[in-house]
Amino acid sequence: MVASISVVEDLCGESDDSSFVDPVDRAIIVETQGGLPLVSKPYHAVAIKLGLSAEVVMERIRAMQRSGAIRRIGAIPNHFALGYKANGMAVWDVVDEQVDALGHQIGRLDFVSHCYRRPRYLPEWPYNFFVMVHGQSHPEVEKKIEEISHILGADCRANDVLYSTRILKKTGIRLK
Amino acid sequence: MKTQNQTYSICGSSSGPHFPELSNIEKQLLNNFQHDFPGTSTPYASIAQELGVTEQDVLDVLQKLKKMGTVSRIGAVFEPQRIGTSTLATMAVPAAQLQEVAHLVSSYVSVNHNYERTHHYNLWFVVTAPDDEQLESVLRDIEQESGFPVLSLPMLESYHIDLGFELGLDQKK
Repeated sequence: MVASISVVEDLCGESDDSSFVDPVDRAIIVETQGGLPLVSKPYHAVAIKLGLSAEVVMERIRAMQRSGAIRRIGAIPNHFALGYKANGMAVWDVVDEQVDALGHQIGRLDFVSHCYRRPRYLPEWPYNFFVMVHGQSHPEVEKKIEEISHILGADCRANDVLYSTRILKKTGIRLK
Repeated sequence: MKTQNQTYSICGSSSGPHFPELSNIEKQLLNNFQHDFPGTSTPYASIAQELGVTEQDVLDVLQKLKKMGTVSRIGAVFEPQRIGTSTLATMAVPAAQLQEVAHLVSSYVSVNHNYERTHHYNLWFVVTAPDDEQLESVLRDIEQESGFPVLSLPMLESYHIDLGFELGLDQKK
């Protein structure tokens, strides 16, 4: 999907600070989600494809960074190819009253790449706290998980670790 | 290609036998530019200036890292919740049917991650869609096509600020 020219003309003058992206942003996302082109002026290359000016593309990207729609821009490493073969999704059943405070504490640990609260799905799925831990080996990951368990202490009722055995698909998000 | 030839063992030991040998410039590009990508119109030239190499060196190395699979892409990490909606979904699939169901799930454009994991719930995937209605429709479709129920576990709260991934690669500035 690419924003129609009329939409582009209507909206490219300025970017508002609403929390959701508009059609121009969306067109830029669709064009860049597979990566920025490896050419001297990547934003110009994107701009030409979309019929926008490079200034608008860059400003829109900056605005999306400010609003949080873009978390970061840079080289996205493939952990697996780099030797971080052990990837554990550690899950805990943490008491609801404590999960936010503990979550913020654990989210600050430097080896934690994702730390989320998600719904339980009883009785099949009792865990509400998810942490991704990467390491070069299972013992290394387990040691880090042990550290998290220690912080959670008595506020954690049960836990489990799910290792990835196969990556079946991994791309950036894809909008149509 | 003009990259520095010297390579360094990572973490100073042989504990990571699968680590690829990376040159110094490759490590610097991986370690230092996961989130501090220059906001200039010629970002690769800006990186080159910082590293004391040529723009062509930077482009060549990034091209090589992409080809090796070490870097998935150079670009933005979008926040799915801000440009639409997303969920982490899981299914418990018998081993005999896993391959087939995994293939089905991966075939959806709105599925961007799909992992096999060690658990009764053995297939884990992320679905991203422009709105809740379309997200639900993809999940229902996967259930119908596969014949297995899908558990949807959307993020309720994030406790981590994503600054990239500390690779711990030894490097010389």
